[in-house]
Amino acid sequence: MTDVAALPPDPLAREVWVILGASSAVARAFSRGVAPDADLLLCGRDMDDLGRMAGDLRVRHDCRAEAVNFNATDYDSHCGLVERAAAFAGRGRLNLFIAFGDMPEQTEIDNDFALARRTVETNYLGAVSVLSRFAPRLEAQGGGSVVVLGSVAGDRGRLKNYVYGSAKAGLHAYVQGYRARMHRAGVHVMTVKPGFLDTAMTWSLGKLPMAMQPDAFAATIMKHLKAKRDVVYVPWPWLGIMTIIRTVPERVFKRTNI
Amino acid sequence: MSTSPWRDVSLTGWGRTARADSKAARPERQSALRAALESSNGKPVLAFGAGRSYGDAALNSGGYALLTERLDRLISFDSATGELVAEPGVTFETLMRVLLPRGWLVPVTPGTAFATLGGAVANDVHGKNQEAAGNFSDHLQWIEVLTAKGEVVRASAQENADLFAATVGGIGLTGIITALSLRLQRVPGNAAMVKLRRLPDLDAVVEGLTTPHPDTPYSVAWIDALAGGRNLGRGVLELAAPAEEPLPEQAVKARGLPVDLPGFVLSGPTVRAFNEMYWRRVPAGGTERPTHWRSFLYPLDAIHQWNRMYGKAGFHQFQCVVPQDEAPAAVRGLLETLGKAGRASFLAVLKAMGREGRGDLSFSMPGLTLAVDIPNRPGVDELLTRLERQTLDAGGRVYLAKDSHLSPDGFRAMYPRLAGFQAALKKWDPDGKFMSDMARRLKIREGGAA
Ligand SMILES: Cc1cc2nc3c(=O)[nH]c(=O)nc-3n(C[C@H](O)[C@H](O)[C@H](O)COP(=O)(O)OP(=O)(O)OC[C@H]3O[C@@H](n4cnc5c(N)ncnc54)[C@H](O)[C@@H]3O)c2cc1C
Repeated sequence: MTDVAALPPDPLAREVWVILGASSAVARAFSRGVAPDADLLLCGRDMDDLGRMAGDLRVRHDCRAEAVNFNATDYDSHCGLVERAAAFAGRGRLNLFIAFGDMPEQTEIDNDFALARRTVETNYLGAVSVLSRFAPRLEAQGGGSVVVLGSVAGDRGRLKNYVYGSAKAGLHAYVQGYRARMHRAGVHVMTVKPGFLDTAMTWSLGKLPMAMQPDAFAATIMKHLKAKRDVVYVPWPWLGIMTIIRTVPERVFKRTNI
Repeated sequence: MSTSPWRDVSLTGWGRTARADSKAARPERQSALRAALESSNGKPVLAFGAGRSYGDAALNSGGYALLTERLDRLISFDSATGELVAEPGVTFETLMRVLLPRGWLVPVTPGTAFATLGGAVANDVHGKNQEAAGNFSDHLQWIEVLTAKGEVVRASAQENADLFAATVGGIGLTGIITALSLRLQRVPGNAAMVKLRRLPDLDAVVEGLTTPHPDTPYSVAWIDALAGGRNLGRGVLELAAPAEEPLPEQAVKARGLPVDLPGFVLSGPTVRAFNEMYWRRVPAGGTERPTHWRSFLYPLDAIHQWNRMYGKAGFHQFQCVVPQDEAPAAVRGLLETLGKAGRASFLAVLKAMGREGRGDLSFSMPGLTLAVDIPNRPGVDELLTRLERQTLDAGGRVYLAKDSHLSPDGFRAMYPRLAGFQAALKKWDPDGKFMSDMARRLKIREGGAA
């Protein structure tokens, strides 16, 4: 294995985005958004879907795109993923988009520790594993971006999904520290807290007046990336909503059904 | 999330006369599509593309709708042969945006770019070049169909030919098309060279359409459906071919029609004036000019939701094809009926067709096809019934993609290959899992092949 860290990225080489959890609508939209100027490594479990997606990006944008099997809780495999990504990138600069997640119903989690564990492992530990494994490579290249999809659910524990929320809260804190570490190496790390998006996750809830389309979401993220923001709420009204929700005193909040 | 993939929706056909309350899923990938089909619990299911069929072909009241819009991947494209493999929710608009700049045009397209490829297969759509290029299915190498058994089956003229013939033009009743392979056509640039001629009456228009025109594979006539007497059938003939020289790219800016227009806007005098203006716009000696493919192929797409023009009550579109020999007389008769009914209509469209389609229920046949918008007002039923009768008498047929009114008997008489279609359904969907309001109305599954 070549020591990739020894090769400085070539500023003329195309950017490379590693998309983790690439089968979601949001990841699809983001991939299509960056593909005109980047090559993509699509990581996830549904290989048939990722194969179609890689083909789609190649046809639409004439970029390089490949599908890679990735399981968030198969931590040991993540070292191999870093190598694979480095080989794919060559002297192109690596960027990460972390979009995988798992959100079972709270009522099911309540009765099943295995489900609680899976939720925490996928949303939190999986991200910690990936981010820490990629860290040396990112530091060595001295630039690039990392986008981590958190959740407004991580801003306050709620009756309706506190296990998921707690994992995302942990992730938020982890990414804060990670951001500080990467900042020293010139790598930009952005936490994105999505509000309601019009995706498979929210479909069955019926028509949501504020739900944002995935491609608009992706375009907004790309704009925030250019501005090198640290933490963003998308769509932006969620900053206000969450500010209110965070400030409700616990003795009141615990009685609500929010 | 482990919640249900279903949500209550209310869907309408493009003409907004037919409506349906259904449960809808909008799968984002194939595995979710299969899961949704499995969770339909024995209720009838139907694919819904972009909802550009005018009537009830894509509706399934009280059943399950599978929205294909997010199954929108271009899986592969071979730039040597022009062979595209795509998911069903890809729209013609995407093909124009992605592949036309590289010199590839979709060989057959309907008059709106917002239709999906899955919808184009299921109605076996035709374009302004039907005589030269046939129907959409003439350019398919194969399709893949998710059948009632939950299996994905590949079908082509060679492989599972019965499923292919039943799915092409089969208005969604054989299953969900999950992928298709289409051959695109090389073009020198982004434009067509369009010749316009102003013609004084129906005879001239018919002659213009039916005179061989090998150098201009595209031909269509816009007819002033309100002109009567001596002027009956007067129109503007458009003949077109790929232009050698590309035009500078223009920004596509679609305007929307945000509200339903009140009825008086479409009163007789307004429409009469519009049609007159449209006809006179073309100089007496004709003109020739390069036009972007987009503007030539999709003239109505510049106004989003133009269907609101007809107000809340909506409108019907009547489209029929009548066989070659009967065509001129039959079209005259249809125009006279429309004229007598005094229905204000924008331009009617007349096209020549050159061949039968490959599907059991394909619409096309050699002859002339007439399409006209008819506002939904009292008396529209009688008018549509009369038009159906006249079409039938001429040995023609009504286009299912536009229909919401045809009678079961009329349908049976017009579609002689129904028995083959029913035999294929018996084999591929014996329990009648796939169903639509149109299939119920026309009793498509009833009777016939045992
Ligand atoms: C402005 C305008 C111009 C038009 N011009 C023409 C024209 O020139 N020529 C012409 O032929 N037609 C024309 N049409 C009609 C239109 O092309 C057809 O109705 C087309 O099928 C619409 O595609 P859709 O994606 O909107 O499908 P929908 O209307 O949503 O569905 C149509 C049928 O396809 C089925 N279907 C959709 N997706 C799938 C799938 N994945 N698998 C199985 N079945 C599926 C549905 O069940 C339904 O039966 C025009 C329509 C408009 C609005």
